[in-house]
Amino acid sequence: MSTDDRLRSPLGRALGLGSAKEGVTHWWAQRVTAVALVPLSLWFVASVVALAGADRAAILAWLHAPLAAILMVLLLLALLYHWALGLQVVIEDYIHAEWVKISALMLNQFVAIALAIAGIFAVLRIAFGS
Amino acid sequence: MTPAPRPLSPHLQIYKPQLTSVLSITHRATGMALGLGTILLLWWLIAAATSDHAFALAQAFWYSWIGRLLLLGWSYALFYHLCNGIRHLAWDAGYGFTIKATYRSGWIMVSSSLALTLIAWIAGYLVRGI
Repeated sequence: MSTDDRLRSPLGRALGLGSAKEGVTHWWAQRVTAVALVPLSLWFVASVVALAGADRAAILAWLHAPLAAILMVLLLLALLYHWALGLQVVIEDYIHAEWVKISALMLNQFVAIALAIAGIFAVLRIAFGS
Repeated sequence: MTPAPRPLSPHLQIYKPQLTSVLSITHRATGMALGLGTILLLWWLIAAATSDHAFALAQAFWYSWIGRLLLLGWSYALFYHLCNGIRHLAWDAGYGFTIKATYRSGWIMVSSSLALTLIAWIAGYLVRGI
């Protein structure tokens, strides 16, 4: 038994695992969103390429279809979540003045959520529009 | 009290740039560029949901030479971040850690991201006509 074990619960000692709370949540969420973004962003690029030069009516018709609208909402969710996680690390790495850092971290989350909601609202408005 | 003149870790500038380190920091740089691009993407999407006038403004921006230049840079950033992201996921799964494998995957990533960008733009111009 190492000296670290004094601080661990009997169950934790028996299982031999770490704390298993939020240690890898950020890291894991970044990977989950990354994996989701591979097909979603390829789908989006292919769709935009197919819509090159299209007018507004064609864009509206595209997002009026349920599949495209659902994929677009999924893309926005995964993208903005990934955005918030990535920018958070950049802020933590480069901004060292405490109050600037805290403000930037908060602003990052506000902006990411606001952009996601605004984008999803736009998609739904097109999808449910006549 | 003057701080003791302790040795400092070397500054970034004294290191010879290597493929590994350059690709690593470029991953972060492309991520931040994509963050900005996301805001412009949402402008386009929200404009499409809003009105003909708003959409015409957004579309005029994207079809201007500056808009196309930004879109070119942004599309490369997307494919770079996508390809290098897959490279990172492979590392997360425990593959490709030798120096040789890292350099090989690095060059594969650089060439495939360039190829994907080229394919997307050629396809876009084929759809739209020059």
